Amino acid sequence: MANPIPNHSTVPPLLQVQELSKYFVLSVPWLSGIFGRQSPPILRAVDGVSFEIQRGQTFALVGESGCGKSTAARVIVGLYHPTTGKIFFQGKSLGDPSVKSSPESHTRMQMIFQDPYASLDPRWRVQDIIAEPIRAFHLAKNRTELRERVSELLLQVGLSPSDGEKYPHEFSGGQRQRISIARALSSHPDFLVCDEPTSALDVSVQAQILNLMKELQRRLGLTYLFISHNLAVVNHISDYVGVMYLGRLCEVAPKRILFNQPQHPYTRLLLDTIPDLSISGRRRQPVTGEVPNPIHPPSGCAFHPRCPSAYDRCRIEKPNPKFAKDNLVACHAVEEGLLQ
Amino acid sequence: MTALLEVDRLRIEFPTRRGVLVAVDDISFSIEEGEVLGVVGESGAGKSITGAAVIGLLEPPGRIAQGNIRFEGQQINGLPHEVMRRIRGAKIGAIFQDPLTSLNPLYSIGQQLIETLTTHTDLSPAQARARAVDLLNEVGIPAAERRVESYPHEFSGGMRQRVVIALAICANPRLIIADEPTTALDVSIQAQIIGLLKSLCHEHRTAIMLITHDMGVIAEMSDRVAVMYAGRIAEIGPLRDVVKSPKHPYTVGLMDSIPVVGQEKEQLSHIRGAMPRLQEIPPGCSFHPRCPKAFDRCSGERPDLMPTSHPTQFASCWKFARAVQHG
Repeated sequence: MANPIPNHSTVPPLLQVQELSKYFVLSVPWLSGIFGRQSPPILRAVDGVSFEIQRGQTFALVGESGCGKSTAARVIVGLYHPTTGKIFFQGKSLGDPSVKSSPESHTRMQMIFQDPYASLDPRWRVQDIIAEPIRAFHLAKNRTELRERVSELLLQVGLSPSDGEKYPHEFSGGQRQRISIARALSSHPDFLVCDEPTSALDVSVQAQILNLMKELQRRLGLTYLFISHNLAVVNHISDYVGVMYLGRLCEVAPKRILFNQPQHPYTRLLLDTIPDLSISGRRRQPVTGEVPNPIHPPSGCAFHPRCPSAYDRCRIEKPNPKFAKDNLVACHAVEEGLLQ
Repeated sequence: MTALLEVDRLRIEFPTRRGVLVAVDDISFSIEEGEVLGVVGESGAGKSITGAAVIGLLEPPGRIAQGNIRFEGQQINGLPHEVMRRIRGAKIGAIFQDPLTSLNPLYSIGQQLIETLTTHTDLSPAQARARAVDLLNEVGIPAAERRVESYPHEFSGGMRQRVVIALAICANPRLIIADEPTTALDVSIQAQIIGLLKSLCHEHRTAIMLITHDMGVIAEMSDRVAVMYAGRIAEIGPLRDVVKSPKHPYTVGLMDSIPVVGQEKEQLSHIRGAMPRLQEIPPGCSFHPRCPKAFDRCSGERPDLMPTSHPTQFASCWKFARAVQHG
């Protein structure tokens, strides 16, 4: 897949994902396994996804539940092994089961999870939660240095050093997400994978966390892979956006272009579902159909049963991503210029 | 003319070992025939508890400590369980967030619809079955004649929510309490369900109390909005006015903190801090510690809803009392 991001410099991208796939083999009920001789069904959660992220930028993956965006994030940080495909981080291959991954790559890459209630151990003090990566990677020489580093991290995310003495239950959802961010930053990473970091938060708190993430990015030169289903949040935080549908990328484009000139029919549909806060009385195109079962995805382009522009070719042939103006689009109709 | 639903000085308390927690504190509002009132607020603001109190499903130890709820002019809080059960379903329907927990997994969709229909209407079982198929058609379930035999697990999330809507409207209620009806759904399905609810209620002239944290859903559906904060109504008024020119400083902050596609901002404005927990609600106006406009009176005295510069918009904020005094 070609690089959607015009790369004028000679600097290699921080992260390169090439034809990444992750399949899950589902279990068959015990008796059917013995008597039915049924082969277990395969769920193609991520199916041939490629993209690149330049240093210091935010790449967002958007899509509805079950589209594979979180699985892609987990494969990239190494929580799952990829079925096929390659991931290069700073030019070095990751996720290859034959090569033992170096601890160094783990310190450079961290993850922030969606639910700040589930991702912090309730029996640990906040200072121990934040210090765990520092201890694990031996990043502090002694206790004093460790304590100083934890205080610095707490201040960096807008908490006070004395909060380190407390337990997670003493904090609100937004403050807990700040603790998660402090923990993720503790090993001096370059790259953060953020899986729906604000979805569990209320809007006024969501704004605080988004502002904090942008500020940290500017100050520390961080690169983000931002997973979200909320298009307004993605529009606010990202530089590049990839839209996923049933395990495949249907469109990748710079943010402004994607939101102003979407090409893929699915992107257009998604943008049309954004609630109209200005109450302009805009008529929406009626959205029909639902996301199909990913175990038995439709033939050809997975979006064709819901697509208003689908024709015969879409039912037979899987579209590959091709450039249409500045957008990288996987759609036959766009490729043949059938959509205006 | 009396309103369809009138809530008057409602106060809901939860007695605990460490003292009484006040989840809803002295709120009043009304819903007219056929009107959609959006109730918006952050988690813990008391919006769902208010909805539960209206349909008489407040979980103990929660109790109505003060105030009245009147439906069609008749007081419905404190009614015997059995009487309330007749009203619920027949006159007041309910739609909850998670369609999977609102449906019984052991009965087919048809059985659940027929049970509700025969309980609340005079239809015979055979008529009820025919009506069930009609209802499924009406809420947009394809092949309704066949799907009426299916069980909840055979439906997708969006389709289940359609079934829940069919159950809520089957006895033709006058009011539906919809508590986060689209929160568990994907965006494309959410738009479908909002469209369906809107058209159904318009057709049947059903009023809705729409409870959600999502200002987008409110903007798509409601006629009027009540913004709740820490158990109180901060502001109430017509949708367009509240969204476009919010009066209460909390609503102003809330609207500004929502990222909007098409408005590029480097920084979102946010409200500092977080909503207080129930056991730590400050005296005076509960928003004053976070309020950029707070003055002395705010920390001492609690404001009630009062008229603002806009005649139909009311806000619980001393800012407007001052404006009136100054003439």
